[in-house]
Amino acid sequence: MIVYDYLYYIILPVLAFSALLIFIRFLKGPSLSDRVVALDLLITTGIGMIAIYSIVTDQPTFLDIAMILALIAFLGTVAFAYYIEKRKRK
Amino acid sequence: MTDYIIIFLATFGAAFVLLAAVGILRMPDLYLRISVTTKGATLGIGLILLCVAVYFGEASITTRALAIIFFLLLTAPVGAHLIGRASYFVNTPLWKNSVMDDLKGKYSRSTEGSSSEESDGEITKPESDEDEHQIKK
Repeated sequence: MIVYDYLYYIILPVLAFSALLIFIRFLKGPSLSDRVVALDLLITTGIGMIAIYSIVTDQPTFLDIAMILALIAFLGTVAFAYYIEKRKRK
Repeated sequence: MTDYIIIFLATFGAAFVLLAAVGILRMPDLYLRISVTTKGATLGIGLILLCVAVYFGEASITTRALAIIFFLLLTAPVGAHLIGRASYFVNTPLWKNSVMDDLKGKYSRSTEGSSSEESDGEITKPESDEDEHQIKK
């Protein structure tokens, strides 16, 4: 039982606080690339939160969503990199 | 016993994710931010997913968690390299205290001025230059 309390009251707030710090960088990042990196890290932190949440609620189905989210984060980063590079040419 | 392993793994995972978050907020430069983010977050999320695998302890869920870890380990360096390369092409400035820049002059950076003039023609994107020549002809 102590595991659930520890995960719910310590680990999840730490992850939420780090998501808040990343979101500050996402808002004030000087260039577009900073924002893309911050978005990638935000989604990665979301995967961690989903994993901890699946332990707390005892439902392993959430891991499928984490996998899809990892895929979408990679696709988003690749697409943003492609268009950042493309935008310079003209 | 399993409880202590879970607590250990979750603590270190959350600590590494928090370090990555502090790093992306405090680092002075885009490239340093990419470096911190990729390593810290990948290790942290890997430890947290390992903790999920230990907690459930079934073959199907362990396979799923290991698949996510494998996917993250595979895609994080590729994504970081792509975004770093693209932002070097669009002249994102380095930190003023950066010691060395190995690609200096190999790609046309607008801060460099005349030294990259002759390299301007051939480097940045060979295929795009060819396109321009064809359009001019």
